[in-house]
Amino acid sequence: MGEAKGKSGPSARRPDNSAFKQQRLPAWSPMLTANTVLPFFYFMGPFCVLLSPFDSPLSFQLDYTKAGSCDECFEMRKNVSKAALNCFCKVEFRIEKAFKVTNAPLKQLRGDVFFYYGLQNFHQNLRRYMDSRDDGQMVGRTTNLKNPSTYCEPFIKDQKGLPIAPCGAVANSVFNDSFTLSYHGGSSGPAVPVPLLRQGITWYTDKNIKYRNPKDGNMTLAQVFQGTAQPRYWQKPAYELDPRDPANNGFINDDLIVWMREAAFPNFKKLYGVLYRAKKPFIKGLPAGNYSVDVSYNFPVQHFRGRKQVVLTTVTWFGGQNHFLPIAYLITSCLTLLVAVVLTVAWCKFGKNGRNMEE
Amino acid sequence: MPLNLFEQFQRIANAYFLFLLVLQVIPQISSLSWFTTVVPLVLVLTVTAAKDATDDIVSKRVFFLCGKWMNVQVGDIIKLENNQFVTADLMLLSSSEPLNLVYIETAELDGETNLKVRQALTVTGDLGEDVEKLADFNGEVRCEPPNNRLDRFMGTLTYAGQKYPLDNEKVLLRGCTLRNTQWCFGLVLFGGPETKLMQNCGKTTFKRTSIDRLMNVLVLCIFGFLAFMCTVLAIGNCFWELNEGSNFTAFLPRQDGNEATFSAFLAFWSYVIILNTVVPISLYVSVEIIRLGNSFYIDWDGKMYHAANDTPAEARTTTLNEELGQIQYVFSDKTGTLTQNIMTFNKCSVNGKSYGESGNDQNKVDFSFNSLADPRFVFHDHSLVEAVKLENPEVHAFFRLLALCHTVMAEEKREGELFYLAQSPDEGALVTAARNFGFVFRSRTPDSVSIVEMGRQRSYELLAILDFNNVRKRMSVIVRSPEGKLSLYCKGADTIIYERLHRSCSKLMDVTTEHLNEFAGEGLRTLALAYKDLDEEYFNGWKRRHHEVSTSLDGREGKLDELYEEIEKDLLLLGATAVEDKLQDGVPQTIELLSKAHIKIWVLTGDKQETAENIGYSCNLLREEMNEVFVVSGNSPEDVRQELRSEVSPIGKCFPSHPIHFFVLIRGSELAFLRLACLCKAVICCRVTPLQKAQVVELVKKHKQAVTLAIGDGANDVSMIKAAHIGVGISGQEGMQAVLSSDYSFAQFRFLQRLLLVHGRWSYLRMCKFLRYFFYKNFTFTFVHFWYAFFCGFSAQTVYDEWFITLYNLVYTALPVLGMSLFDQDVNDAWSFQHPQLYVPGQLNLYFSKKAFFKCALHSCYSSLVLFFIPYAAVHDTVRDDGKDVADYQSFALLTQTCLLFAVTIQLGFEMSYWTAVNTFFVLGSLAMYFAVTFTMYSDGMFLTLPSAFPFIGTGRNSLNQPNIWLTILLTSILCVLPVVTYRFLFIQLCPTINDKVQVRQAKATPPPPPRRTRIRRTSSRRSGYAFSHAQGYGDLVTSGRFLRRPALPRSSGFSHAGRTTTSFSPMGRSAGYSPTGRPQNAKVSDVEVTSLQMYKTIRDPAL
Repeated sequence: MGEAKGKSGPSARRPDNSAFKQQRLPAWSPMLTANTVLPFFYFMGPFCVLLSPFDSPLSFQLDYTKAGSCDECFEMRKNVSKAALNCFCKVEFRIEKAFKVTNAPLKQLRGDVFFYYGLQNFHQNLRRYMDSRDDGQMVGRTTNLKNPSTYCEPFIKDQKGLPIAPCGAVANSVFNDSFTLSYHGGSSGPAVPVPLLRQGITWYTDKNIKYRNPKDGNMTLAQVFQGTAQPRYWQKPAYELDPRDPANNGFINDDLIVWMREAAFPNFKKLYGVLYRAKKPFIKGLPAGNYSVDVSYNFPVQHFRGRKQVVLTTVTWFGGQNHFLPIAYLITSCLTLLVAVVLTVAWCKFGKNGRNMEE
Repeated sequence: MPLNLFEQFQRIANAYFLFLLVLQVIPQISSLSWFTTVVPLVLVLTVTAAKDATDDIVSKRVFFLCGKWMNVQVGDIIKLENNQFVTADLMLLSSSEPLNLVYIETAELDGETNLKVRQALTVTGDLGEDVEKLADFNGEVRCEPPNNRLDRFMGTLTYAGQKYPLDNEKVLLRGCTLRNTQWCFGLVLFGGPETKLMQNCGKTTFKRTSIDRLMNVLVLCIFGFLAFMCTVLAIGNCFWELNEGSNFTAFLPRQDGNEATFSAFLAFWSYVIILNTVVPISLYVSVEIIRLGNSFYIDWDGKMYHAANDTPAEARTTTLNEELGQIQYVFSDKTGTLTQNIMTFNKCSVNGKSYGESGNDQNKVDFSFNSLADPRFVFHDHSLVEAVKLENPEVHAFFRLLALCHTVMAEEKREGELFYLAQSPDEGALVTAARNFGFVFRSRTPDSVSIVEMGRQRSYELLAILDFNNVRKRMSVIVRSPEGKLSLYCKGADTIIYERLHRSCSKLMDVTTEHLNEFAGEGLRTLALAYKDLDEEYFNGWKRRHHEVSTSLDGREGKLDELYEEIEKDLLLLGATAVEDKLQDGVPQTIELLSKAHIKIWVLTGDKQETAENIGYSCNLLREEMNEVFVVSGNSPEDVRQELRSEVSPIGKCFPSHPIHFFVLIRGSELAFLRLACLCKAVICCRVTPLQKAQVVELVKKHKQAVTLAIGDGANDVSMIKAAHIGVGISGQEGMQAVLSSDYSFAQFRFLQRLLLVHGRWSYLRMCKFLRYFFYKNFTFTFVHFWYAFFCGFSAQTVYDEWFITLYNLVYTALPVLGMSLFDQDVNDAWSFQHPQLYVPGQLNLYFSKKAFFKCALHSCYSSLVLFFIPYAAVHDTVRDDGKDVADYQSFALLTQTCLLFAVTIQLGFEMSYWTAVNTFFVLGSLAMYFAVTFTMYSDGMFLTLPSAFPFIGTGRNSLNQPNIWLTILLTSILCVLPVVTYRFLFIQLCPTINDKVQVRQAKATPPPPPRRTRIRRTSSRRSGYAFSHAQGYGDLVTSGRFLRRPALPRSSGFSHAGRTTTSFSPMGRSAGYSPTGRPQNAKVSDVEVTSLQMYKTIRDPAL
């Protein structure tokens, strides 16, 4: 250090007189003074009020775990030996206030009323559960199709030694209840099935990039999946998930993709369908009245003391139903104003005259 | 390289991370991908290896420098030439000088500036320069084992069947410098670490700062805390597995049928991996980098560069910077550190009139009337010259005395070119003053002194020299003038002289006393001058008795003293001289500033009490208001103990005066001494050996738990430099010993104020800010995982993306905090000097302590609660504005990590009080970097290349376009900032710290002008300014005739400067040089013929 850098002469070792080396770089030295802090606080208070969004979206929740005729199915699912048997049940409910859609353009034919299924106490966020998947397989890599990653343990191969596709605990436990929502009119009129769009419920990136079906020449999906086994809890193979739409099969099935996006917390809801508003009486959303939902009750929750729900919500400009943020912002704004007053008092009493600043 | 890796893994921190890596390899435990630990570890190892490599190169260079002396072994015979350093303990064999004398300077050893004589045995001296004979020299030396006593040596030489005793007089110790001796041969008795000097050097210990030690304690605590958190989570996992997990096995079968307890065990280790960020791997590296950077600032500081000898400051150790901001005790050497070791004749008082005013170069006195004047002598008071020219008898007598009463030797190679060889620099100054005022001392023989008085050559018969010693504190000469008048001239300490004055002088005494006080007040060294005319008859009688006594065998000393006492009475006062022992520039100001910063300064010197005390006054260490000066000078251990006990409330200085007893004191009543010394405002220890210096330092270190700094320039300071927490060497001078063992070096004592008050304070502030912030950001980061554990079944799931975990410390937050720790300054250097109290918080450890750390952890706890629960509450039940998922794990991870990064960056903004462009760039750049890296990692391309390594594809695009998410980020930021701003603002209003006050003042006003360097004038005092660095015995030498001019030997010209011309010696010597101009001597080589008078310090050709 401090070596002469090729200089010579009597002051060869004189340090450079640069602002950096002499620590004289021009700088801004902010300070917490009354002139900056107090206006900041007085500004933040009203600002937070403005940010707290008032128009809360509508929401309706229905726990159907044991509701209505689903009680029987719940009992039936307790018995593992009857896992293959179908069980259908029906739950009726009433919506008091219409789910009016105001700000979505009609042309889109997609409403802003969303149908979710919810699960409680289901830990999709367990580390080993979450890791138990093979993104390589699901992006359509044929090598991974036949040789799934070891991460999928213990759902790599079935009893016969065939590789499972899709492998892993996440795919294995896919939510397999299905729903039909019916509208019974203002009173007890004839049941009108509520049209739900069952596609376009995933992130664009998931549907188009993250999940892809394996391809092998001109072979059909079923042929490509030849030599693989369906996950243990599945009743049908991956390539037959959606019999109505061949493009919605394999790894790019919307329901599968939605399930594969693991929830961060044990209580979560996942999108099942979006209200299709082409026909009356759903052009302006869901009208108030009686509804029923027919459930194909497959997913067992009694093992983990879970609950199953159906959720209907609308959204607003800042996102879906959110009770927390508006309240939090209101509280914050009150707090800020309160602190501002306290600081002002403290400043006037002690700081203003500058007596404390003397030595 | 593999060796380096092995060494690195020996460091406990690195071993810990290796252990983590091993844990991660176990699949059941691995909660993070391998790269999260490998990437930082590799980076850390690379940086450390690079640093080690540079250190190696530096130390090799030092090794090379030492190589010349590496091969010297015991029994070798070494030839030394003039001005060379002695680098082993040698037995003197022969020398170029008559009587086998050699002259050495021991300033490096004991700080004394006068020359000392060593003499070889005659039997070895006869070997002369004959290399063959020397090679055949076959003797046996038996001596004591290596020890650290510098003043004692015992041994015997057996040569040719005869035994000769060896004592200290025959030995040259390592650390001496050969002076005025053409060559000498010596036999190596001890080499390397066995030399007395090295035995005095003390142990070289690896120095660590108190922050380092605190950090180690904290890291241990953090380990404990980590274990605690992991245990809590493992227990949680156990319960969860029992209650919930067992029901979940349908979806997630247990591995190999493991039980809940085993799962808890695995969870423990998994959480060790996840939560390891509380002990971040980059902490130690960052600390090293910050210290390195702050060391470079010291090297680069133009205000610590000394242009006169082209010496910049140098941080030789890069690991101690922040300790510079915590110094409580400074131990300073005197000679060469506080003083320049140059004397100038400044003032005098003649017959009740005071002469000498400081002035500028314009009104320099013109000495051209005197052809023999020394052109380098500067005096500013014209009235004195006028008085001389007007032949004022008192003034003439005054200068005549100065020209006659001394033991200086003169050399005149060419007509009119005089060189004085003075044993002590004080005398040289006085004789030169007389020379310029027309009383030129020209030459002397054993019984005469020739002077030129106002152009007239006169020869005085030298009848007797009544020599100087420390008890008499005076010297006299008795001369007979050419007219035949007998006179006694005496100079000495004012107190001593006053006792012996004739009654008629009482009026003059009062006036002179006033002048003396004035001189003393300015820290000048004073001598009083007096004379008396002798009666021929009386003198003859006295002379006879003197002769008798001189030849008597028993009690000679006492009887001589009585005789001297008898004749030195009824003197007539002539006046007083004032010689300035030139301090280094700015020493009084520095000492004043440091004491305002509550730094206690102790001067430890090997020199005499009077000179030390005098310097104490002149450098403002001792002040006039300290009226209870307390001197510990007991001659026996009992006395000292008694003195220590008796003193109740001393203010002032202590002088444990005698080395031997001080030694006992150290052992016996060290605590009493320490208690007393710490009550004192200033402490000066004189007559201490190098090892005792270290012992004093150790004593303070041990019992006061204070941070100490030792500053010195010579080999005698090495021990204390090594013993103190920080050792500072004065560089740019001959000796390199002190510098080589020091941690910091610079050329001038006054740079100490900048080193401590600016660099030290900033380093400490920066390091503390860094540590506080670093722990804050990592704790906050980690605690969020802890909270998430309660929602994910204690399954060791991370909250953030693995890449974020990898890069958080290395990329996203590294540069902003480094920028802060390299550039931050609360107040600039000018204000730091203006308010030395700013230094006090460092001494009190206020900025970073266990308490501060605890506060920091609490703050993190709050922040992490905000950073986890606000996003949780905001997101757990919500969806995107198109109804799609945003409560999924990946979006939540992205949200939390973005919140975290914003929160810690804003927090950094509040910590930082000095935003340079670089800081701003680092802060904004790191945020930009975060988004750039995140979007890259989450991009299609990265996913398609490595699907399992980058599963977060699209998360950025799909969640960061949501107003919800940004509202959450804003809310967390506000809630994190709110309490901090409130707390700080309230604190500034209610009880502002000194930093706040100065900052406010700095913002309002332009920086104050640097304090002008004015000479600090003191009020007059009642104390003696007497000090005289003279040794006994030269009177005898002068009169003994032992050094009659010997024929000049034919030798090459310029020889006597051989040592000076080599580049290894800087021309700025610390030798007891004297220069009337105050400029360094010896800068120009002149052709000096070596004479017999070489035992004197040559004042040859003082530099222009």
